[in-house]
Amino acid sequence: MFDDFFIRALVAGIGVAFVTGPLGCFVVWRRLSYFGDTLAHSALLGVTMALAFEINIAISIFIISSVIAIILVKLEKNTNLPGDALLGLLAHSALAVGLVVIGFLSFIRFDVMGLLFGDILAVNVDDLIIIWGGGAIILIVLKLIWKPLFASTVNYELAEAEGLNPDRAKAIFIILMAAIIAISIKIVGLLLITGMLIIPTAMARNLSDTPRKMVVYSILGGLLSVLIGLFSSLEFNTPSGPSIIAAALFLFIISLFKIKQTIQLKN
Amino acid sequence: MSEENNILVKLNNVGLLQNHKWLVKGVSLTVKKGQIVTLIGPNGSGKSTTAKIAIGIHKNIEGKVEKFTNKIGYVPQKISIDWTLPLRVNDFMVLTENLSDEAINEALSLTGAEHLKNKSLGNLSGGEFQRVLLARAISKKPELLVLDEPVQGVDFTGEIALYKLIKEISEKLNCGILLISHDLHTVMSATDFVLCLNGHVCCSGTPKDVAMNNEYKVLFGEQASQTLSIYEHKHDHTHSDDGEIKKN
Repeated sequence: MFDDFFIRALVAGIGVAFVTGPLGCFVVWRRLSYFGDTLAHSALLGVTMALAFEINIAISIFIISSVIAIILVKLEKNTNLPGDALLGLLAHSALAVGLVVIGFLSFIRFDVMGLLFGDILAVNVDDLIIIWGGGAIILIVLKLIWKPLFASTVNYELAEAEGLNPDRAKAIFIILMAAIIAISIKIVGLLLITGMLIIPTAMARNLSDTPRKMVVYSILGGLLSVLIGLFSSLEFNTPSGPSIIAAALFLFIISLFKIKQTIQLKN
Repeated sequence: MSEENNILVKLNNVGLLQNHKWLVKGVSLTVKKGQIVTLIGPNGSGKSTTAKIAIGIHKNIEGKVEKFTNKIGYVPQKISIDWTLPLRVNDFMVLTENLSDEAINEALSLTGAEHLKNKSLGNLSGGEFQRVLLARAISKKPELLVLDEPVQGVDFTGEIALYKLIKEISEKLNCGILLISHDLHTVMSATDFVLCLNGHVCCSGTPKDVAMNNEYKVLFGEQASQTLSIYEHKHDHTHSDDGEIKKN
């Protein structure tokens, strides 16, 4: 069944969409899209480390992204720079250092485009195991920290006062972000991962009036984006990662009309 | 049950220094089961800060806080909900603890907000939102309720009803309540113990004691204490603008 490259691509994309849906909701609610970008950029450094030391790419990205996330949290506490400046500093430094290191690794044949924009059609069975296994772990952990994470997203002080330990939930969530980037980099590439996290979620926001609905629609939006994107990339011979994101954008635009309708109905 | 076992939270000489300024200093208080302790004081006197210290939101503090319960219901003074998050009253009620539908309905109807259950939080008026906040805090049957101006923005009749409800809850659940209020009439009628803050504890005691206290009069004006006060004693200190004590 997994012999065909297209089937593997579909299975991989579907696995990623199940995880980016709920995580994407928190990225939007907590205003973390640039944080996601920074982690994704640092993934390039993770890839080069993997190539240099011959370890698994997903594990290497996970480690480097987690380290960058921890550095970011430390810097936020210990400097007077605003958050977005720190994010930019880390994102571009990690990207630049990654590319410099690639320069040193001239003995390795290296597909930079595939890294930047995804190479879902080259997904192999090992990748599928990492995506579905890692994805399942991410979802289980997210389920476990859901209550404190969600409560502190609504109001930090309420969660803290009523004993939910929001700081721990936030720390775990940051690690989950690093993990989703590690497992989905092959699908949409490091420049487009944040798009996969936030565009289906943005669409879901337009259609939802409860957090639960928003999570469900976000997952459905991600799944549809993967299906539409992959089939159209096969049909029109377009790059697959960007096609998935373009499909998500298409769904988002349609969801805008739905808002217009409901507003008219209310009047 | 011994006296000691009834204590829910105990603050011992706590203070909070932020940006080289003491927000509060030297505050000691205890809240026991079934007791309503009220903090009064002018704006910026450290009432909310003291409440936040008591429930552990402020952590880098001087002094010692002992909490003997984790079942806390909190109504913050200010709360801003981000509209990127679609949230109905029903979702908000189960924010920190899962509740049965009956428990949600019961709490909402106690605060007169049952008709709001399926409304989006963003569409509530200030007073409606305040009723929902109070309902959420009491719905989980807490041992300690911390209410930071719980009836702000509520209409006049609602205000009286809600204060009556707060009093009833403290009796029914036998929970301790730490209340911050500007309504001196309520403070005087429904409270067991009053602390008057102005960066430090100005005076404390039963409402009657406090009303008769001279510093209370200096802070709130002669009128505020007229109803209860018949007694006057000598000034022993006055306050500078930042609430520091100036000895006469």
